[in-house]
Amino acid sequence: MFKKFQPSTDISGQTSVKSSVQRSLRANVLAQWNINPETLEEFWPKKEPITLVKCREHISIYTLHGEPLFLQHYDGPMLPTLRLLHKYPFVLPKVGVDRGAIRFLLAGAPMMCPGLTSKGGYLPAADAAVPSGKAVAIFAEGKEHAAGIGITKTDTEEMKRVNKDVGVETMHYLGDDLWTLQKL
Amino acid sequence: MASTTEDAPATLPTPPVQVLYCEVCSFPLEYCEFGSSLTKCKEWLQEEDIDLFNRYYSEEALQTKLGTLSLEAQTKLEKDTAKKEAKAAAKADAALKKKMASQVTIKRIERNKRKHVTSVHGLEAFGVDLKKAAKQFAQKFATGASVTKNNQGQDEIVVQGDVSGEILEMIEEGAGVLKGIPVDNVVEVEDKKKKGGD
Ligand SMILES: [Zn+2]
Repeated sequence: MFKKFQPSTDISGQTSVKSSVQRSLRANVLAQWNINPETLEEFWPKKEPITLVKCREHISIYTLHGEPLFLQHYDGPMLPTLRLLHKYPFVLPKVGVDRGAIRFLLAGAPMMCPGLTSKGGYLPAADAAVPSGKAVAIFAEGKEHAAGIGITKTDTEEMKRVNKDVGVETMHYLGDDLWTLQKL
Repeated sequence: MASTTEDAPATLPTPPVQVLYCEVCSFPLEYCEFGSSLTKCKEWLQEEDIDLFNRYYSEEALQTKLGTLSLEAQTKLEKDTAKKEAKAAAKADAALKKKMASQVTIKRIERNKRKHVTSVHGLEAFGVDLKKAAKQFAQKFATGASVTKNNQGQDEIVVQGDVSGEILEMIEEGAGVLKGIPVDNVVEVEDKKKKGGD
C-alpha cells in the first residue's frame, strides 16, 4: 500500500478531526487493539487534536503534530504505524514469518501461508485464533521487533489447515514510503 | 507540579519499548542486513557501539541468526544484499547527477499591460514540497500562489504579481522549504505578451 507513496501526488488533503469523530476513533482503537485507555493517552492525549491526512485509494492516515500514528484503508481495521507498533508491540495479535520470507515482506509482498506455518514462522494457538480481516503485527524469525503490519486474509486456523496461498496481506512494512516519511 | 499524584489512576500506562534504529538505513539494528546499505550500517555501528556491533555481527551471532534458513538460502541472501547495495549506490549516484543537472525556472509572465504572474518550475527536483512552497510564497508576498499543471502537464507554482526577483533572493537565502537549491541551477526568464495579442 505504501511501496510507492509521494505526499505531493498521493495526499489529497489534511483536515483537523472534529471532537465527536475523535471520540469514535478513540473508541474504535480501544475496541480493536489490545490497549488500555491509560496507555493510549500516553501517545494520543485526549486534548491533543489529531489530523486526518486523506490519501489516494481511500487511505486515511491520522497524525499528531505531523507524526503518523495510525491509518485505515476504506473502513478496514485501524492499523498502527510500524513506528508506533515498535513502541507498543502488544496492541496487535502477532504472526511470524520465517527468515526466508523476510526479504519478500520487506519488498511489500503478501505473506504466504507456508512462510507462516513453517518451523521459523508463527501463528497463534487455536484458542487465540485470529479471524479473517483483522490487523496483525508481522514479526520475523530471529528478530525482536516487528517488520510489518498486515490484515489476515483468512482465519489463522484456516491458514494452518490449507497452508497455501496468501495468509496475510501486507499493508505497511519496514522501508516502505510511509516508514521513510516519518512526518506528514 | 500542582497536580495531585495521590489519586493516580489504578491502571498505569505501559511504557513504550525503546527500539534502537540504525542512523544509516533507519531500520531497527537487527534488520540492517535486509537493507541496501549493510556495509555502511556495519561501519557506523562499529564506531557507535562495539558491544551492540558484536551482538549482531560477531561470528556467534551470525551462526545463531541462521535459524531455520538453509546455508544455500543464506548465501543467496548475502548475494542479494551485495547486489542491492550496488544498485542503491548506483541509484543514489544517478539521482544526484540528475538533481545537479535539473533546472529551476522562474518566469515572469505578462498577463496584460499592468498585471504579471510569476511561475516557478522545477523545485520538486530538489525535494521541495510544492504545496508548502506555494504556501510560503503566498504568506511572504501576501498574494495568491497555487500549484498548477503547465501545458506540458508538469507541476509548477504560479504566484500572482511580479515577484521573480524576490523569489530568486529567497532561493539564494535558502528560505524555509527552499533550502539546498544551488543558485547556479536557477534561471530567470520573461514571457512577454506578443504585440497585438490583446
Ligand atoms: Zn542500518
